[in-house]
Amino acid sequence: MLMQPQTALLVGIFAPLVTALLVPFLAVRSNWRDIAGPVGALVTFVAALEVTADVLAGGVPTWVAAELAPGLDLAFRVTPLGAIFGLVASGLWIVAAVYSVGYMRGNHEKHQTRFAAFYAVAVHAAMAIAWSGNLLVLFIFYEILTFSTFPLVTHKDSRAARDAGRLYMSILVGSSVILLLPAVIYVWLMTGRLDFVPGGILKDAIPAAAAPWLLAAFVFGVGKAAVMPLHRWLPAAMVAPTPVSALLHAVAVVKAGVFTMLMVVVYIFGIDFLAETRAATWLVWLTCFTILASSCVAITKDDLKARLAYSTISQLSYVVLGAAIATQVAATGAALHIVMHAAGKITLFFVAGAIYVQAHITRISELDGQGREMPWLFGAFFLGALSIIGIPPLGGSWSKFYLMAGAADAGLVMVLAVLSLSSLLNIYYLLDPVARGFFKPKVKEVKVNRHVLTVLPPVLTAALSVALFFFAGTFLELAEAMVTR
Amino acid sequence: MSLAQIIANLPALVVAIPLLLSPVAAMTPVAGLAWLLAVLGSGAAFLCALLLQGAVTSGESFSYFLGNWPPPWGIEFVVDAPSAFTVLVMSGLAFVATLFARTALLAEIAEADAGKAYAAWLLACGGLSGLVMTGDAFNLFVFLEISALSSVILIALGAGRDRRALIAGYNYLVIGAVGATFYVIGVGFIYAVTGSLNMADLAVRIPEVPQTTVVMVGFGFMMAGILVKAAIFPVHVWLPAAYAFAPSAVSSLLAAIATKAALYVMARIVFDIFAGMPEMIGFALEFVLVPLALGGIFIGTILAIYENDIKKLLAFSSVAQIGYIALAFGVSTTAGIAAGFIHIGNHALIKGGLFLAVGAYAVLLGRRINLTQMAGLGRRMPITTTAFLICGLSLIGLPLTAGFISKLYLVRALLEAEMMIVVGLVLASSALSVAYLWKIVEVLWKPAAVIAPVREAPALYLPLWILALGNLWFGVAPAPLVDAAMRAAMQFTGGM
Repeated sequence: MLMQPQTALLVGIFAPLVTALLVPFLAVRSNWRDIAGPVGALVTFVAALEVTADVLAGGVPTWVAAELAPGLDLAFRVTPLGAIFGLVASGLWIVAAVYSVGYMRGNHEKHQTRFAAFYAVAVHAAMAIAWSGNLLVLFIFYEILTFSTFPLVTHKDSRAARDAGRLYMSILVGSSVILLLPAVIYVWLMTGRLDFVPGGILKDAIPAAAAPWLLAAFVFGVGKAAVMPLHRWLPAAMVAPTPVSALLHAVAVVKAGVFTMLMVVVYIFGIDFLAETRAATWLVWLTCFTILASSCVAITKDDLKARLAYSTISQLSYVVLGAAIATQVAATGAALHIVMHAAGKITLFFVAGAIYVQAHITRISELDGQGREMPWLFGAFFLGALSIIGIPPLGGSWSKFYLMAGAADAGLVMVLAVLSLSSLLNIYYLLDPVARGFFKPKVKEVKVNRHVLTVLPPVLTAALSVALFFFAGTFLELAEAMVTR
Repeated sequence: MSLAQIIANLPALVVAIPLLLSPVAAMTPVAGLAWLLAVLGSGAAFLCALLLQGAVTSGESFSYFLGNWPPPWGIEFVVDAPSAFTVLVMSGLAFVATLFARTALLAEIAEADAGKAYAAWLLACGGLSGLVMTGDAFNLFVFLEISALSSVILIALGAGRDRRALIAGYNYLVIGAVGATFYVIGVGFIYAVTGSLNMADLAVRIPEVPQTTVVMVGFGFMMAGILVKAAIFPVHVWLPAAYAFAPSAVSSLLAAIATKAALYVMARIVFDIFAGMPEMIGFALEFVLVPLALGGIFIGTILAIYENDIKKLLAFSSVAQIGYIALAFGVSTTAGIAAGFIHIGNHALIKGGLFLAVGAYAVLLGRRINLTQMAGLGRRMPITTTAFLICGLSLIGLPLTAGFISKLYLVRALLEAEMMIVVGLVLASSALSVAYLWKIVEVLWKPAAVIAPVREAPALYLPLWILALGNLWFGVAPAPLVDAAMRAAMQFTGGM
């Protein structure tokens, strides 16, 4: 053991922030600056491992920073679900940090220092969300995550980027201020507390009739979960450089959204309370609709990143669906899906960005025949896509299996049908680029500039998707600990 | 003198030191010396306020009889939780603004006027503190006039740069005089039926007065006068021009403290002097103050969104923020009043900081600026702009800034009072306020034609950073401020 759990907790939260603060000072020496990211990520990941080890051993790493209000602290307390999210965010940051160096340099992007700094701040916010000790702290860093990603979304300084940034801010900030904040304060008022308690704190505190409304305030307040009709910001955010789309808009930011929903359902409402009051029935259908509708939209998209964005919207609703079904098995599946989808989707975005850097292709229709030029990238894309579709032996099959078992458990036959149909749609629109790449004749001759730092990361994360199938045990253990203790 | 004696005299010193130093400053020919006097006066007042707050925190509450004449005949200064809190906020902000004034004020006025300017400055500080400390309804009118006249001088000083400052000052003079007159007419009515001017005495006598109509009329006049002074919608009209055309240093002083004193007086009138008439107060709050506050919130926010002059934009935003404070008082529960006091403190930090930053821009660029001219300033003046950004984020209530704490307690108080529609409106307006702040932020980092960096002067950005860090400090560890505001509110409601 390298550090005490509490030290590890502090390191995990502050290492990204320190990285962000160091980056501007290293700006003149771009090599040192670009090493800072991966090193900071590595330190954060080691800390997350230590914290997770302690959680697995039954500990609860805790740090109270200040008092925000009487009885309400600026506190960090790692729950099993928080350990999962922390591990995912910090682990994938290592690869993403390496990748973003390759991408930004290969693409000759401007303002690389600003980019690297805000990238690290965003990870800091994500870590703080993962390990937040109560709902208010979670809300605080949820907002900071929004604000810190704004300069990344508008990185190109173009008119399109500014318009996208405005949409991004107005949906995410608007929804959280108008619905999430009052929901948090309402819980605080009714229960006098906001900490995460196994089994929830709302039972007996609010009338059963109020539960669906409160849940709605959370669902539509957490815009980052991108449940329709709050999904528009995510395709808009694709204007950002691809490392942002990969780590933030496939992992940290969107997962922070569904993570929040899962925390609220498991530790604030309590799965049993939600099941008793049937407060989430409407949400089951809304998420089913989102899953299918966004898949249908994804099929129509020729822009690779836009297609991936709609696929993400669909996959995020899997997690919210798992929470809404309100059984232990489904919640376990939802928690697992955070991990599995993260590994799969980051691979797809890495590949999309790498293809852009190497061949300047953004359209799927122009990918015909390019697979033979870039076999490693298309191979990685294939594995990532398979994982998201949920085919063994890839990690994604576990979460789909648990989600379906949970739906069956709750007697929701229609949900089973939706999940199967969605898998079929996934096969169609995610394997289409791969099939074009390998089997169709070339439509466009391009000169391929190879950048090893953009090829290695997707290959690694694709391998990770495979490994997750065989080593899902730790995450399963954490996910089960979430619902049982 | 022993410490106990000093503490016993503190209530008078807070007001007297700036007032007494004022004529000295007027006679000082050297600008730097006059500034030093102003720093001395505001610093000493700040120190006194700190000591007072310390004494009040330990549970003391004392009154001071000017000239040893006991009330209800003599004039009494009252130090309790609400007045100590408000005077601490005001004197603290006045001190920081004075530090800033050294470079900023001289950049915008003639050097020969500096002595007189600082004299007016000290008068304004002392007069506004007096408003808060006094326990006498008529004496309050006197301080109202002192602060108003000195403010008019300060605003009109902007004429060297923009002649419209004269009109702004004149407007404020006339509208402010109407407000003060309304107030004093109200006091006259109340005096006629109670025969007293001491606030504590009035609070006891008013419920016993048989002529309730007269009391109501008196109350109406007093409130109308104070609403003007506090710039509550729709009688806020003097404020935008006054803040926009006054010299930058003056804008930051007035924005931080002037309306705060009037808001405090409003709370004192409603929850203390007339507390014995709950039906009348309830009606006035529910059907007058709350709707006006909401009107101010929306009008101010919307006007700010469409405004292009940066100082006017901030002034409109002030109208909205004053609306939040008035709304919190309108809730009239302990939580509501506490939320009002919390925002008095936080908004002083926020708006003081924003005006300081805009002042720094104006001084360094050598002219009044509007939004278009601010393009690219983020890259040219990073130190100032970062502080501006912190205060701006605090204004829209980003978590971990002071503004968030205000929003948290305001919404909580509204939910507790089950004013659900108002909660919706407040949150909607809060989301709208992001729009105007974002407009500025986008401009600040926009690629611009001129990109030459500007040398930033520590004399300008250090005071600014004090406030920016204050915004962060009270966002992360708000407990002292919240406790003090809570105590102030409990004083008024008796801990209900």
